[in-house]
Amino acid sequence: MLTLQYVPMDEIIQLDSDRKVTKLLKIIKQDKIVMLEGRLSNKEEGMLIERTMEEIDKKFKGIEIASLEPNVRKDIGSALRDGIFKLFFGDRRGITIMGPANIIKEIKRDPNKLQLYTSNRRGRK
Amino acid sequence: MFKSLKDFLNKIFLFNIFKGRSNLKLGLYGPPNSGKTTLANRICQDWLGEEMGTTSKVPHETRNVQEKEKINVKSGRKEMTFNLVDTPGIATKIDYEDFIKAGLKKKEAQERAKEATKGIIESIKWLDSMDAVIIVLDSTIDPYSQVNITIVGNLAARDIPVLIAANKSDLKKSDLKKIEAAFPQYGVIGVSAEYGDNIEDFYDELIKLMK
Repeated sequence: MLTLQYVPMDEIIQLDSDRKVTKLLKIIKQDKIVMLEGRLSNKEEGMLIERTMEEIDKKFKGIEIASLEPNVRKDIGSALRDGIFKLFFGDRRGITIMGPANIIKEIKRDPNKLQLYTSNRRGRK
Repeated sequence: MFKSLKDFLNKIFLFNIFKGRSNLKLGLYGPPNSGKTTLANRICQDWLGEEMGTTSKVPHETRNVQEKEKINVKSGRKEMTFNLVDTPGIATKIDYEDFIKAGLKKKEAQERAKEATKGIIESIKWLDSMDAVIIVLDSTIDPYSQVNITIVGNLAARDIPVLIAANKSDLKKSDLKKIEAAFPQYGVIGVSAEYGDNIEDFYDELIKLMK
């Protein structure tokens, strides 16, 4: 059985970066695939990779992650408005999929779609 | 806050963020097996007459950050001196069984995996020390990976100048246009680090990046 857990931005926006990453990794290490509303900041993504590397052992091989966000050209006014909104309410555009590398073999990204290739261990395809 | 203000004033009044600086650090970043060390070796051979490190078809051959100091690169009348920093490839997963499949013994593979995880952490920590970065990508592979996007995003957030070296341009599957389309905000130069194809243009772009 494959479990997908939706994590709305409201659930993590109050947390500092360290706690956000801890929370997401905890879900992934329960062999669940996380569907995060929006995306982490660039620094948080870097932190997620660092923390993932720290936790790799014989059982946990790491993660697969991919984000999709709408590619909308903006004028300066709306870009500024979005920047301020992001600062207070997080980046809610698009979606981020992340999961354990022993379950997700590969995520292929097209401009508007993500394809998840799962491992066929334990009967999965 | 003070540092940001100082950086801003430097950019405004000096028109050159690197002016007067010595020991500039130029980092080579990218995913595993994209050819970072091969490119580092090419640069070091061309300008120092010695190599930076060993290369291998088994991923994560470079597992420690390596630095060569005072490399003086010339292109026409222009020249630039910098320290070259070769970093371990950044990945989101490490499975020692992949190294066994590549021909290593179990113990060797487990040790390599352990060292590779530490190397990735080290690579990310070194980002803050870089003055400019060459992102080395294998131009035969789809560039739209989250690792590439995370590296680019982290460099942009730190306001670090970036040039993308689309490596392995000698191979049939090489697709420079796909890399240009994926990262339109940066200069992309096709290069073959192994055979030296287009290396003079690469040095020219490198100097432009750091001047």
